[in-house]
Amino acid sequence: MYSHLPHGKSLNMKESVVHFHRGGPLLALVGNPNCGKTALFNLLTGSRQKVANYAGVTVERKEGKLTTPTGKALRVLDLPGTYSLAPRSPDERVTHDVLYGRAAGEKRPDMVVCVVDATNLRRSLRLVLSVKRLGLPCVVAVNMQDLGRARGLDIDTAALSLELGLPVVSTVGVKSGGDADLRALLDDATLWQRTPLPGSLIKSEATLETQGDHDVVQNMLKRLGLDTLVPHLVSDRIDRVVLHPVLGPALLAVILFFIFQAVFSWSVAPMDAIKAASAWMGAAVGSVIPDGWLKSLVVDGVIAGAGGVVVFLPQIIILFFFVLVLEESGYLPRAAFLLDRIMGSVGLSGRSFIPLLSSFACAIPGIMATRSIANPRDRLVTIMIAPLMTCSARLPVYALLIGAFIPRRSVGWFSLQGLVLFALYVAGIGGSMAVAWLLKRLTAHGQIRTLMMELPNYHLPSVRNVAIGLWQRVEIFMKRVGGVILVLTIALWFLASFPGAPDGATRPAIEYSLAGTLGKLLAVVFEPIGFNWQISIALVPGLAAREVAVSSLGTVYALSAAGVDTAQALGPLIAQNWSLPTALSLLAWYVFAPQCLSTLATVKRETGGWKMPLIMASYLFGLAYLASFVTYRVALAFA
Amino acid sequence: MIAFPSNLAHARIGDAYTVSRIEAPQHAPEWANLLQDIGFLPGEHVTVMTRAVPGGDPLVVRVGLSTFALRMAEAACIHICPTAKA
Repeated sequence: MYSHLPHGKSLNMKESVVHFHRGGPLLALVGNPNCGKTALFNLLTGSRQKVANYAGVTVERKEGKLTTPTGKALRVLDLPGTYSLAPRSPDERVTHDVLYGRAAGEKRPDMVVCVVDATNLRRSLRLVLSVKRLGLPCVVAVNMQDLGRARGLDIDTAALSLELGLPVVSTVGVKSGGDADLRALLDDATLWQRTPLPGSLIKSEATLETQGDHDVVQNMLKRLGLDTLVPHLVSDRIDRVVLHPVLGPALLAVILFFIFQAVFSWSVAPMDAIKAASAWMGAAVGSVIPDGWLKSLVVDGVIAGAGGVVVFLPQIIILFFFVLVLEESGYLPRAAFLLDRIMGSVGLSGRSFIPLLSSFACAIPGIMATRSIANPRDRLVTIMIAPLMTCSARLPVYALLIGAFIPRRSVGWFSLQGLVLFALYVAGIGGSMAVAWLLKRLTAHGQIRTLMMELPNYHLPSVRNVAIGLWQRVEIFMKRVGGVILVLTIALWFLASFPGAPDGATRPAIEYSLAGTLGKLLAVVFEPIGFNWQISIALVPGLAAREVAVSSLGTVYALSAAGVDTAQALGPLIAQNWSLPTALSLLAWYVFAPQCLSTLATVKRETGGWKMPLIMASYLFGLAYLASFVTYRVALAFA
Repeated sequence: MIAFPSNLAHARIGDAYTVSRIEAPQHAPEWANLLQDIGFLPGEHVTVMTRAVPGGDPLVVRVGLSTFALRMAEAACIHICPTAKA
C-alpha cells in the first residue's frame, strides 16, 4: 500500500519508504508536456502500473515496474510533464519537489530519464540542461524519433550525447520494442553512480538560466545541423478547420452532440444487463440466506446499493473512451481554446469544460477529471458546480414526475414533456454558471489567470494508451464503489430498516424506522415547499443515489413492485395524491439538491477534507430549498 | 510602409516576427518567467496562427516549433520585431 512515511533525510535512507513495488532502484521520467512521456511509460511498464495521488496533493501519481534485459527490477515513476524546473502548477510542483528530494513520502530518484521530443528539441533540451544540473544520474531518451524522421529531422544521438555530456538513446513510445535501447542502457552499472556536485550548483533558481540555456541549446542545434524550423504541416492543416472561426465551433458542437448521443443510447443495453444481473444476484443470494436482517442487508443494502452505482459504469466507459481519444489526439486543448471566452465570462477557463461535460453522465468521474486543472481556485469552483450538471441518475426521477404531471401534448413542433426535460437541463447549466459567476465575484479578487496552454501536434491515438487510461478510470471508479459508496449505502439501509415495524403494524415498515422518523421531522421543514411526509421520507434513502428516491416512494406508498415497475404504477398514484405545484417543486429540488452521498464522498477525497463537501452540501441544499420554494409559491399563485 | 506592431497582441495573422524582449505587467510579474519557460525567448521566431472569434482573444501563437493559446494580455507582454525575409 501507499505509505505516508516521512521522507526525512532520505538520501541515505533510500529503501526506507514503502511503496507499491517494494525495493528496487527508482527511475523517474521527466519531460515536457506532450512529449510522449506517458506513452513511453506505458511501453516500459505495460499494465504493471499503480495510480494514486501524491501525499497531500491531488496530483496523479503513476508508478510502474520495469525489468531490464539482465533481469534487474526497477521502479519507474512518471512525473508530471513540465516546461522547466520552476513550478507553475501543483503538477509541476510535484516534479520539482521529487527531483530535489523534497516531496513528502517520496524517495529521491536514483536516476532520471529525460524524455525529449525529437520534433521539438529546442524546448526539450533546455529542460535537460536544468535536470543535468541537479547532479542525479541522468540519461536522455529522444522520443518520437519516427515522427522526427518523417519530418526529415535526422538526430545523431552519438553527437548529441557528446554535446550534452549525457548518454542519449532513441525511443519510439508508440511502437512495440521502441524502448529496447533505453532498457539496454539501464543495465549499465556505471550510469547509476551519482557524481557529487558542488553544493552551489544545486539550487532552485532555474529560471535565471533560461536565457543562457536557450543560447546553449541554439548553438548546440546549429552544430548538429538541427536548427531549422520544420513545423508539423498536417497539424497546421487540421487546425485551419478545427480553429476556424465558424467551422471550429460547429465541429465542436457536432462532436459534443455525438458523444452525448453515444453516452445515452449505446449504454442502454449494458445498463439493462447490469440492472438485470444485480436483480438476479439479489434473488439468487436472497434464496440462499434465510429471511431476516442479514438477508435484507445483503440483498437490499449491499447488492442493490452497489448495483445502483455500478449501473453507470457503461456510460462512464463510453464517455471516457471519447475523452481519452480526444485527449490523445490533441483535440481537447483546441476545444478548451474555443470555449475559453464563454467559460472566461464566469471566471473559469476552457480547461473546466471536460470535467463539466463528464458530469452529465455522473458527477463522480467529472470531479475526478478536474485534476487536469492547474489553477487551484478554478479546480475548486469546477468541483463545486459539477453536481449541477444534470447527471443521468436524475433521469428516473424526472421521468416519473414529468410522466405523471406534465400533459402529453405538443407545443408547436415539440412535445411539452420534452420541453420540460430540456428546461431542467438548462436550469442546471444556468444555475452552475450563476454560481461560478458569484464565486468569481467573491473569490477571484481580480486575479487574472493565465491561459498559456499548449496546442500539441495531432497524433493518432494509440489503442494501448487509450486502453490503459480507460482501465485506470474503471479501476478508480470500481474501488470507490467497493469502498466509501458501499459503506454509505449500508448505513442508509440501516437507517431505513431499524427499528423494525412493531407486531401488527399496518403501515409500511419504513415509517417506523429511523429514516421514517427523520422523514416525519423533515416534513415540518419541507412543508413550506409543498413536500408531504411521504416525499420527505423518500428523500432520506434517496441521499444514497438520486434514483433511489423513486423506489423509496414506492416503498412508502406500500407498493410491492420495484424499479421500473414502481415508476409505472407509482405515476398515476402520485398524480392523484400530489398537487401540480408539489410536483414542480420536487423537480426544482432535484435540479439542485446534492442527493448523492457518493459525490460528496468523492469531493472529500479530491479536496482532502470534509470542509469542501460540507460547504457543497449546504450551498446546494440551500439553493434547492430556495428554488423549490419559489417554484411552489409561483405555481400555487397560478393554480 | 506600415508601422509594425510592437507586441504580439496586435500582430497580424500569418506574419513572421522575432521576439525582442518580454515585459510582464506590474500586477503579474511572474508572467515573464512563465512565458520564457514555454519558449518565448529573445531571438525566437513567433507567428500568430489564428484568433478566437469574436474579439480576437485568445489567440493561437507559433513559437519555435510549439503552438500555444495565449490571452491578449499575455501576448501583449511579448515584444516583437519583424523578421527579415530570408
